[in-house]
Amino acid sequence: MFRILKQSLKTGVITETPPDLADAELERIGVELRRTIEARLGRSLAIRQVDAGSCNACELEIHALNNAYYDVERFGVRFVASPRHADALLVTGPVSRHMEMALRRTWRATPAPKFVIAAGSCACTGGEFGVSYASCGAVENVIPVDVKIPGCPPSPLDLLKGLLGALRV
Amino acid sequence: MTGAERIRRFDWLSEYLARLEDEHVIAQHGDALALPPAHRLELDPEDWAPAAKVAAGMGLRHAGLWADCLDDAASTEEGPCIRVQACLEYGGDYLVLQTEVPMSRPLLASQATSYPGVARLERHAHDLTGLELTGQPDGRRWTRHQAWPEDRFPLRSDFPRAGETPGRTPADADYAFTRVQGTGVYEIPVGPVHAGIIEPGHFRFHAMGEDVLQLEERLGYVHKGIEKLAVGRDPAALARLAGRLSGDSSVAHAWAACQAMERATDCIVPPRALALRGLMAERERIANHLGDIGAICNDVGFAFAQVQCARLRELWQRRSLALFGHRLMMDAVVPGGVACDLTDKAIEELQRDHAQMKVAIEPVFDVVEDHPSLDDRLMSTGVLSEADARQLGCTGYVGKASGQGFDLRRDTPYAPYDAVAMDAPLMTEGDVAARVTVRMAEVRNSLRWMDRLLKVLPGGALAVDLPPAEEGAMGLGAIDGWRGEILCFVRFGADGRIARYFPRDPSWFTWPALERLILGNIVPDFPVCNKSVNGSYSGEDL
Repeated sequence: MFRILKQSLKTGVITETPPDLADAELERIGVELRRTIEARLGRSLAIRQVDAGSCNACELEIHALNNAYYDVERFGVRFVASPRHADALLVTGPVSRHMEMALRRTWRATPAPKFVIAAGSCACTGGEFGVSYASCGAVENVIPVDVKIPGCPPSPLDLLKGLLGALRV
Repeated sequence: MTGAERIRRFDWLSEYLARLEDEHVIAQHGDALALPPAHRLELDPEDWAPAAKVAAGMGLRHAGLWADCLDDAASTEEGPCIRVQACLEYGGDYLVLQTEVPMSRPLLASQATSYPGVARLERHAHDLTGLELTGQPDGRRWTRHQAWPEDRFPLRSDFPRAGETPGRTPADADYAFTRVQGTGVYEIPVGPVHAGIIEPGHFRFHAMGEDVLQLEERLGYVHKGIEKLAVGRDPAALARLAGRLSGDSSVAHAWAACQAMERATDCIVPPRALALRGLMAERERIANHLGDIGAICNDVGFAFAQVQCARLRELWQRRSLALFGHRLMMDAVVPGGVACDLTDKAIEELQRDHAQMKVAIEPVFDVVEDHPSLDDRLMSTGVLSEADARQLGCTGYVGKASGQGFDLRRDTPYAPYDAVAMDAPLMTEGDVAARVTVRMAEVRNSLRWMDRLLKVLPGGALAVDLPPAEEGAMGLGAIDGWRGEILCFVRFGADGRIARYFPRDPSWFTWPALERLILGNIVPDFPVCNKSVNGSYSGEDL
């Protein structure tokens, strides 16, 4: 019990550690992001992430946005479980034809005003997979896209920058 | 490996052949060494199912099955055919069974009656090549949804890569899920778009109260036509594609594809390149295990471990970016070698890093291993029995937590694991807690192994040019990825271009395991059970 308490106390300190000095850029971007979110969306940006055919690399980096280093929630950006709660869709992958209808339905289920961010090279251009019998290619071939964040996969910092771009649309 | 060891290695094969003879199965050795290090046997189509039955009786593990359409202009003399290959493993030795059926009448008896784990591989082979599997216990489509019609097969040469049915693809609405009926039984459809930041797939639960009576998976949503896209690529482009098969296993899949191509062309890869590949593969393993251990704990509301593991994983990935040029080490493995080098300074940095990681994980793992609220949720949850794991052919942490100790790095050691040995943990409980424990042991083993490797890191070249491939040359790659055994089959066509690429991710066998281990658990425990297995959607949908 004592051991666990000790660990938990230690944890508390670690989770609150602010980003490294090397991450000054993150701070700058993050703060700017918060200002924009406050101005446009009443302090919060609710994002529904949709994997429309990605290889899962983009998902790993989007996950990283929530780790203690980037801690994207402190800027008001939150990932939600339903498109009905979302301000924005963050779509990854080339849109596989098997996901085409699911993506359209998810987009329809998102209340307006809404915007769509295509994250990753595949979502932006079709990437390594392009258009084929199994793939519709870029997300904009299926639903309207407002912002593109390229990268294979985009780094968490790229994603933050892209989100900022999204709010300036 | 010495010659004497090599002979001892296949000591079971004569017994298998004798049993085949008892069943009147005629196995032609032909070019038995066409797919080294595997031994290849050619069978008549009618002997296909009996050969599997005999193998199952002897306890061989089925490591996967794939079909290869030989139907281009310059194919076989006897007209277009479908060549089917099945890979079996016993004691670390691989045996490839091969048969051919005419494309005009592509009938073959199913091996899934003896090996239920390969049922979906067979359904996949049918959907993409038109191979008809008689006696298949499950005749429904698998990889195909509605993107192409039932009577068209994308891997045949007359099927255009761009497809034949333009316009919108409808949802796959009429898939016949198995129904459970009775008073109080209800269905829960989940997906394809999930609530978390994860890949898409559909799960159909039948539950009564909170208890899961049945779970049926419906995957194929992220089918991107990878096998078709590979056709006509040059080796470098195939490695790039393989690295994007499943982003979390980028190194392992790219390595498997390169290994297959290197074996097909008798390419001698420089020792330093192989050592660096091993180093990257273990880095990939540690990154994924850290992420998953945290996520499993988070799924039962224990955020402490999630925050800690995510922090360590991020540091680890930043180091990968600094030293290997990419946070997930994509495109670092290339045909003939690797694309990046480690300076002496970088090696020192890595050694310091490993030492720090060893210190950093211990307090976290110590709590994960022994915390009452975690024990309460993870122990006896999602039990995969040893019999089920064996029957399905699970490898990796799912197999190792359920008594299946097979680890390629130890049992069929390839360079650099032949020179620097790797331990593999083994447990028999088969629950979520066991899978977590196995993963933690693998992290510790890999850290120790990497330090030993760095001490004997060979010098020399980083890559050689891949020799030109002869038309028809085949190669079988087998790499231990972080999820388990990855197989990869490559056949070259004309001009050194790829004619067939089939990567077999370990998820083919762990997804069916999830359907079994969830039974009797409560619906709210599904996320933690799923995460403890963490099958790849993209790696299986292809």
